[in-house]
Amino acid sequence: MAKSQEQLQQRRSLSSLIYDPQFRSYAFQILLLVVLVGFGWWIVQNTIANLQAQNKTTGFDFLDSTAGFDIGFSLIPYSRASTYLDVFYVGILNTLLVAITGIVLATMLGFVIGIARLSSNWIIARLATIYIEVIRNLPLLLQLFFWYFAVLKSMPSVRDSLEIIGGSVYLNNRGLYLPDPNPNDAFMWVQIAVVLVLIGGFFLQRWSIRRVEETGQRFPYIPVFIGLLIVVPTLTWFVTGAALDVNYPELNRFNFQGGIQLPPEFVALLFGLVIYTAAFIAEIVRAGIVSVSSGQTEAAQSLGLKDRDRLNLVVIPQAMRVIVPPLTSQYLNLTKNSSLAVAIGYPDIVNVFMGTALNQSGKAVEVIFMTMAVYLTFSLLTSIIMNWYNARIALTER
Amino acid sequence: MSNKVAYVRTEMAPDMPPPVTQTGVVGWMRKNLFSDIPNTLMTLVALAFLVWTVPTLFNFLIGNAVFIAEDGTPCRAPGAGACWAYVADRFDFYIYGFYPDSEYWRPNVVFIVAALLITHLLWPDLPYKGLSAIAFFIGLPILAIILLNGGSFGLPQVTTEKWGGLMVTLIIASVGIVVSLPLGVVLALGRRSQMPFVKYVSIAFIELWRAVPLITVLFMASVMLPLFLPEGTSIDKILRALVGVALFQTAYMAEVVRGGLQALPKGQYEASHALGLNYFKSMYLIILPQALKHVIPGIVNSFIALFKDTSLVSIVGLFDLLGTVQATTSAVEWKAPHQATTGYLFAAAIFWVFCFGMSRYSMYMERRLDTGHKE
Repeated sequence: MAKSQEQLQQRRSLSSLIYDPQFRSYAFQILLLVVLVGFGWWIVQNTIANLQAQNKTTGFDFLDSTAGFDIGFSLIPYSRASTYLDVFYVGILNTLLVAITGIVLATMLGFVIGIARLSSNWIIARLATIYIEVIRNLPLLLQLFFWYFAVLKSMPSVRDSLEIIGGSVYLNNRGLYLPDPNPNDAFMWVQIAVVLVLIGGFFLQRWSIRRVEETGQRFPYIPVFIGLLIVVPTLTWFVTGAALDVNYPELNRFNFQGGIQLPPEFVALLFGLVIYTAAFIAEIVRAGIVSVSSGQTEAAQSLGLKDRDRLNLVVIPQAMRVIVPPLTSQYLNLTKNSSLAVAIGYPDIVNVFMGTALNQSGKAVEVIFMTMAVYLTFSLLTSIIMNWYNARIALTER
Repeated sequence: MSNKVAYVRTEMAPDMPPPVTQTGVVGWMRKNLFSDIPNTLMTLVALAFLVWTVPTLFNFLIGNAVFIAEDGTPCRAPGAGACWAYVADRFDFYIYGFYPDSEYWRPNVVFIVAALLITHLLWPDLPYKGLSAIAFFIGLPILAIILLNGGSFGLPQVTTEKWGGLMVTLIIASVGIVVSLPLGVVLALGRRSQMPFVKYVSIAFIELWRAVPLITVLFMASVMLPLFLPEGTSIDKILRALVGVALFQTAYMAEVVRGGLQALPKGQYEASHALGLNYFKSMYLIILPQALKHVIPGIVNSFIALFKDTSLVSIVGLFDLLGTVQATTSAVEWKAPHQATTGYLFAAAIFWVFCFGMSRYSMYMERRLDTGHKE
């Protein structure tokens, strides 16, 4: 009797084990782990076998060997004799250059168009809508091809360059020529002054906020800050005798001399990225502004706030809460989209490292791993910053 | 007090008509175009812009455009606009790539069946959607492989190197959606799972693919896939691109579906538990039908992004719509100043019609779905 009771107990515990959610969850996870590890091991084995069959070695030693090819545009000194590691750095810097310039310009254009779409002026609002609907619904690659092959390649030749802003900026089929500021040694003091004013402005803002909270008296810190930003560096300029020898591009017999020369690939890529991303940013801005309910505006008006205070203190802070998260993901998109540079030949990381360096060295696994790691880093950094910002501006409910 | 009032009006006087400046065209213009000085200035600038661009565009696209020509001579004439004759000449190449002329009916049949099924699936309130879904997600891929590739049922084989044009664009986009939707649902459920290992594997997969640009994924698929497979396996070029696109799109789809799962009130989950449903039943019967319905606009939007992104496969050497257009821009017999521009305009028009149509549909669904779900 007692024995059968025990048996029953045992059987029940066995059958109940299958229905035990805890046990099932562990079993399933272990199964998944086994499958994943098995799959990974299979891939690694295949890769090793394939590489051996092709007589290829693995490892990151190739980074120190000479690359032996030219790169058309580089921010750091680079020559044929440089190593693959230099190629990697040149690629990252070129990607960052086009991404950061693009982010700044796209934000400006996007905000203007987003606000224009909400304008009470019928024509302006319609034009902004047309811009957004046309640009958003066309592939970026098509737009880049258009800017590069159809527009920039049909620009006039060097002799008949387009002159923009009274002979300091030139555009032709070899690129964009900008004046190059050449600071002397004393100019360093002006730069220090700007940095000091910026730091001072930060503390000024905190102080003025504290003053408003304590006494209710407002301090016009934005005009004061802008005033300081103009006055202090200008004074330093004259006191220290700083000078900027601007080096204008000049047409010689065959090409322009002096100034900064931006290759057409960069100009086309920047144009394409800015125009494309601005359309998305405009929609984000519009959605953000619309999301602030009209009750907020009415409440601000009934409190007697002036129009400017209403915008600065009520509408914009609430709109920014809606705008910033998707805006950062657009910034990330722009950075990722800059990899389309490979299609028009701008030497970004995908083009020079994942393209040329991979083909020459044959180190497919290492190169692709490194390139993906770069983008993964950008993405993680962006999301860390975004999470920090979101936590800062999140609605604190009391 | 006397009641002597000279005159008392007993009925209301008729309303005066509003001033001319407040109604009709004039009123509308005063309100919307010339309400104050900055507004007037903006209107004038915008009008000047339109006067400058619209006639130029019209002349380029229609006025001075060349519609019928044997070769590029009329397009090379000074002042000639878009060279539409060139697009007409290469039209078949843009749509079917190198697919043999005599077999065009095969892709056509696949396109028509796919279009019918999609219309049925996307049209709200039609019955038998389940059947259509099965046909679309299982039947159509089989039909497409049999018809497009051939080699069976007496159809001559057409290898994938001959596929091209809009056909490839549509194939890649469709495969992307057919593969990514179910896998995306699985990953989204995995990301919200209680099991830590499942959760972190899902997160790692999703975030890895979302962090890198599609072009690196395509490069990876075309360079690394042959390495990953057992020695001696050869893998088709289009198939490599498809694997890359599917992996990439799955990660995005998972995030869209997760949005829908998170939007469901917690009560729905609790109610399904209280009814005693197990995990799969509660997902299949309660959670997913509601969550997926919520995210139809999101799914369509991510499909628009996918459709635009298919153009990237031209970088890894496939001839999609943009690839074929780009390949013919250097055709010598049609050499003309606006040859490339005309080709791009044609591709742009096709892409735009598809994407704009889809975005309107997504907005329509958003409005439709919005009604019952105010919380």
